[in-house]
Amino acid sequence: MLEMKSRWAPYWQAAPLAIVLLIFFVLPLLVTLAVSFWTYTGYSIEPAMVSDNYASAFDKCLASLPDLCTTFRTYLSTLKFCLIVWLITLVLGFTVAYFLVFEVKSNNMRLILALITTIPFWTSNVIRMISWIPLLGRNGVVNQWLLSVGLISEPLDWLLYSNFSVVLALVHLNTVFMIVPILNSMSRIDKSLVEAAYDTGASGWQTLWNVIIPLSKTGIAIGSIFVITVVMGDFISIGLMGGQQIASAGKVIESQINALQFPIAAANAVVLLAIVLMIIWTLLRFVDIRKEL
Amino acid sequence: MARPADLELASVTKRYGDTTAVDSINLKIKAGTYCCLLGPSGCGKSSTLRMIAGHEAVSDGDIVLGHDIVNKLPPAKRGTAMMFQSYALFPHLSVRDNVAFSLKMKGVGKVDRSIKATEALKLVDMTRYAERLPAQLSGGQQQRVALARALVTDPQLLLLDEPLSALDPFLKIKVRAELKRFQRELGISFIHVTHSQEEAMALADLIVIMNNGKIEQMGTPREIFNAPSTEFVARFIGGHNVMPLEGRSISVRADRLSLSPGGGDGVAASVREVEYQGTAVYVSLATDAGIEMTAIVPERAFYQQPFETGDTVTVHWNPDDIHELSASA
Ligand SMILES: Nc1ncnc2c1ncn2[C@@H]1O[C@H](COP(=O)(O)OP(=O)(O)OP(=O)(O)O)[C@@H](O)[C@H]1O
Ligand SMILES: [Mg+2]
Repeated sequence: MLEMKSRWAPYWQAAPLAIVLLIFFVLPLLVTLAVSFWTYTGYSIEPAMVSDNYASAFDKCLASLPDLCTTFRTYLSTLKFCLIVWLITLVLGFTVAYFLVFEVKSNNMRLILALITTIPFWTSNVIRMISWIPLLGRNGVVNQWLLSVGLISEPLDWLLYSNFSVVLALVHLNTVFMIVPILNSMSRIDKSLVEAAYDTGASGWQTLWNVIIPLSKTGIAIGSIFVITVVMGDFISIGLMGGQQIASAGKVIESQINALQFPIAAANAVVLLAIVLMIIWTLLRFVDIRKEL
Repeated sequence: MARPADLELASVTKRYGDTTAVDSINLKIKAGTYCCLLGPSGCGKSSTLRMIAGHEAVSDGDIVLGHDIVNKLPPAKRGTAMMFQSYALFPHLSVRDNVAFSLKMKGVGKVDRSIKATEALKLVDMTRYAERLPAQLSGGQQQRVALARALVTDPQLLLLDEPLSALDPFLKIKVRAELKRFQRELGISFIHVTHSQEEAMALADLIVIMNNGKIEQMGTPREIFNAPSTEFVARFIGGHNVMPLEGRSISVRADRLSLSPGGGDGVAASVREVEYQGTAVYVSLATDAGIEMTAIVPERAFYQQPFETGDTVTVHWNPDDIHELSASA
């Protein structure tokens, strides 16, 4: 009796979340997968089992190599943003977490500072992005200031609606996703390990490289997954901050949805998902995430 | 092999803001000495040790190792090594890599590193576990690895902060003997911080008793046990009865008291508690004046004339066993 109960108890405990995930995550995903094989015309969608959508997503891409087709260029540009944003958020997030854990001595202070890092989340995404405009625009605060100081004689154009502004906005949005998990794994590092490293003659950098980074690896991986998945699928920030001029995988899908071309949008979504999963899988080969749970 | 060196502390002081953790202490430890720093919690043992190790800056005074003042040197340059209370093994590195860590930091090549680490592991009899992670070892095994990691640098001086506190009582005694053996074989000084007077007695060539940031007394275990200089030491070291006598403070060892049934000369007292301890029986007593004493009576002697709680007895001691104490510092 007792044995039966304890055997099934974990399943019962996991059931509610499993059901929620099943209905709101797995099911839609399966539907998307199914729809990606349907056919469509200008005014209708019909169930079918064709790979046309995938073919047209990559229309002439293989044939035109080594020239890159639009789809490849879009994915490449998305990957580029992803890589840049990931690197910057990683360095920033790691540094902030390091500062909070190892430099801030008082616990209260650490808590206050950690809360401050979440301030960007106190307003909505769109408002946050719109507020960049008066700051970075042609007649914005930054340009005005640079002009008045005499550093430039003409307003800088690349501050807004450019690769720069896209990266800036994405970094601003996502750094906290890096900080929190790294902070979490870093604060579990026993301080005496740092002392022990010092005792054996390790320099500050050696300690960082041989002790702190390896022990923060799980946090780094989790943060990276957050950032990479968000940036790969982003279309709002890239759209708004790129002045609707910069292509991204998410944006392609969005415009296809707007044109009611659901099957091809679904096919693109599946491709995007596959790419993101591949990146995450590669990341996870370096770390055992279960250690953190 | 590093040449063992003498250690000298010259009015070393440690202040944390307003609190003085270590108050101008002077101490000389000859090369090859097993020294125990003993004292109640918060008396400044760890602070002293950490200053010697180079993990805490000296507020005042000098630390001299061999012929050099080492105040400003980092631990690895001093030729000291520290074994941490919780061992502080790197959880992501194998036993071998933990031991080889300091060599790697110094830039020693992979092969040499591995050879030296294996040697150090052999010393503590842990070669079999070289590939394991620290989490896969028992407390006693982790302790040996920590020791190997400290010894691989060939230190002149090994510093241990409560190295036995995480072990169970049986292991404690076993590991304690091992520590003593290593110290003898290596011929270097060990400085060992402990709360336990029993541990200090068993290990030390030199016991340094601290209280409130000052050294209360230092000497061999025998000197300290037979001639505690202050009331504090007599109480802390245990086995002593501290009592006032004609305005002075004296102590008499608990095993030098003898008990007889009421009457006769000596001090009348009532039996409060009788504790059987195997080889001896501990009898807690209280005199009419309210002074508490403990008599340690050998088992056979006690059962030839047993007492029970509530009995009135007379306590005697030989005038030669009276030891004068100076007022507590
Ligand atoms: N980093 C610090 N900042 C402020 N005060 C400290 C610090 N470290 C120790 N102290 C204080 O210094 C005094 C001595 O501390 P220390 O750690 O040397 O004691 P200890 O003898 O090792 O005690 P224990 O046996 O409990 O480990 C204590 O009063 C302690 O509160
Ligand atoms: Mg201590």
